[in-house]
Amino acid sequence: MTVAVFFGCSFIAFGPAFALFIFTIARDPLRVIILIAGAFFWLLSLLLSSLVWFIAMKASNDKDQQLQRGLLIFGVMFSVLLQEVFRFAYYKLLRKASDGLAALSEDERSHISVQQMAYVAGLGFGIMSGAFSMINILADSLGPGIVGIHGESQYFFLTSAFMTMAVTLLHTFWGVVFFDGCENRRWWVIAVVVALHLLVSGLTFLNPIYEGSLPPAYVILVSMAVWAFFSCGGSLQNIQQFLTCWKNDAGSEVAS
Amino acid sequence: MNTSDSEEELCNERTSLLTGSPPLSSYHVETGLPSSVDTQTKRCRPVTNQSNNRETHHEGESVERDSTADGEDEELSLKYGAKHVIMLFVPVTLCMIVVIATIKSVSFYTEKGGQLIYTPFTEDTTSVGQRLLNSILNTLIMISVIVVMTIFLVVLYKYRCYKFIHGWLILSSLMLLFWFSFLYLGEVFKTYNVAMDYPTLALVIWNFGAVGMVCIHWKGPLHLQQAYLIMISALMALVFIKYLPEWSAWVILGAISVYDLIAVLCPKGPLRMLVETAQERNEPIFPALIYSSAMIWMVGMTEQSAVQQPSHQERNSDEEVGQSHHDNTEDNRNMVVPETEVHGAQSRTSSAEELEEERGIKLGLGDFIFYSVLVGKASATASGDWNTTLACFVAILIGLCLTLLLLAIFKKALPALPISITFGLVFYFSTDNLVRPFMDNLATHQFYI
Repeated sequence: MTVAVFFGCSFIAFGPAFALFIFTIARDPLRVIILIAGAFFWLLSLLLSSLVWFIAMKASNDKDQQLQRGLLIFGVMFSVLLQEVFRFAYYKLLRKASDGLAALSEDERSHISVQQMAYVAGLGFGIMSGAFSMINILADSLGPGIVGIHGESQYFFLTSAFMTMAVTLLHTFWGVVFFDGCENRRWWVIAVVVALHLLVSGLTFLNPIYEGSLPPAYVILVSMAVWAFFSCGGSLQNIQQFLTCWKNDAGSEVAS
Repeated sequence: MNTSDSEEELCNERTSLLTGSPPLSSYHVETGLPSSVDTQTKRCRPVTNQSNNRETHHEGESVERDSTADGEDEELSLKYGAKHVIMLFVPVTLCMIVVIATIKSVSFYTEKGGQLIYTPFTEDTTSVGQRLLNSILNTLIMISVIVVMTIFLVVLYKYRCYKFIHGWLILSSLMLLFWFSFLYLGEVFKTYNVAMDYPTLALVIWNFGAVGMVCIHWKGPLHLQQAYLIMISALMALVFIKYLPEWSAWVILGAISVYDLIAVLCPKGPLRMLVETAQERNEPIFPALIYSSAMIWMVGMTEQSAVQQPSHQERNSDEEVGQSHHDNTEDNRNMVVPETEVHGAQSRTSSAEELEEERGIKLGLGDFIFYSVLVGKASATASGDWNTTLACFVAILIGLCLTLLLLAIFKKALPALPISITFGLVFYFSTDNLVRPFMDNLATHQFYI
């Protein structure tokens, strides 16, 4: 476990989220506040679900490994559901405060739209979720040790990092889609988001068998990305325009 | 190590949170232990066309609104929200990062090294009840010391013993800037095994301290002054983290928030009296106790149009306490925002054209110190390690955000400690005891939620 592992894993896990933060959120104070509030809501959901798990664990037999594992699985599922509930609660809060927020922001022109709030809220959830999953592991990776010495997988850090990145981005896309579903009252969208979240978490139960959890998570990530893109107004024409504009700009630069 | 009284006073005085001051009176800066958020003056005199000309991308609307009638006072005062929140998030985050980085790397600050004279009862007792009792007694002593000091300060201020106060503050910042930073540097060198000779060290410390004294007590570039204030808050917080025993620290944090609430909001509270006295006399409060996010920026007194370069800053010279750079205005009003030094004591002339002044927001250094103590203690003692630290960090920032929201709504001095410290404490204990086992189990099996 070397410094290289530490930096590599931290960049894998947090690179995209960090880049998104720097390029899209850091400039606008209102978005930063919404991001941190989103992180706070995720934290609240985690707190409540840990409380439930803790009570269940203390009330049960400590020695029974199967039972403990079962309780942990129950804890994970409950936590996922609670996270989605809090996502909905955050949506409600943001909608209600949306007029107040417009007043709070100094520049009326930068009035923030629901899609932007959805994106920022999703990213807040994702960053916090990723941080809580990954930071202790990263801290451990700086210290001495041998990965997998007792026969576990030696790719522990790497797979954790990739999974964290996937979960962070997934939360972002789920946020966009979820808020869009709430806005347009399409409840099936919400159900699909919850189901996908449960699926991704459930897949991690396979975990030393990384082929079972990572590739499906990435497939879901890509499909969620496409869905989120189209749900907030993107289209193939947009992409085309973006590419041709870019090419035109590059061309004109070369010419002049 | 026994700390001196002045150091204690330092920390006592450094908690307050304020915004700018009313256009006609000067700002309220609260000194005294509890932090207070002062929203008093967001409103300034009506804008001239100068400010209109100054619109840039960022501040367009506010300027336009400025020029409309006073009926839009409320709208404007709410408007100063998001940007000011970030202006406080950044220094608070920086202070916490410095403290956390030090705690995690320099083991000196987590080793037991004795206790302050203000917390005489030891926590190395056999029974839990005894330990709890000792920590409560420690808290009572500490809080009474703080109350006494605050009242003493208010009395001094009321009877205009400015020289005394000024000298006291200078002594305490001298101690912080020279002695504590020397100790800090020594510990950092020990940790990283850096060999440093005394002459070089003397030169470095001398420069650091001297520039710090100048920046804090006299004039200096805004960012440099802010950096120094952050550094001395961090140093003070580290001292507290080292010398306060565990349980006492948590009980003290809780008690201080309660005291803050009382002292700022009750009509006879010392801090409130301090603020009101300062308001009556139209004076700013002491330098070196308040972190300010913006400098005063006054439109030029000449007949030039405002589109041209903003004039140099001028400051009020009739402040007895005399700190120029503690005047605050929103410096985003100007397109060019250099960290120019505040020029000499020119009186603020009110020209025929009205001046546009927007104040920045101020937060007392005591708030920085106690936030950092909470987060530092969390990272030093929590077995959940980084998760607990992160949770406390987010909780404190959200508390600060809520406090600023209340500030924008109520427009009067508010304590900045209670909400943040409450959230911080709740999240510390719950994350350490509930979330940590859960997340540890998940991480071991690599389950993701």
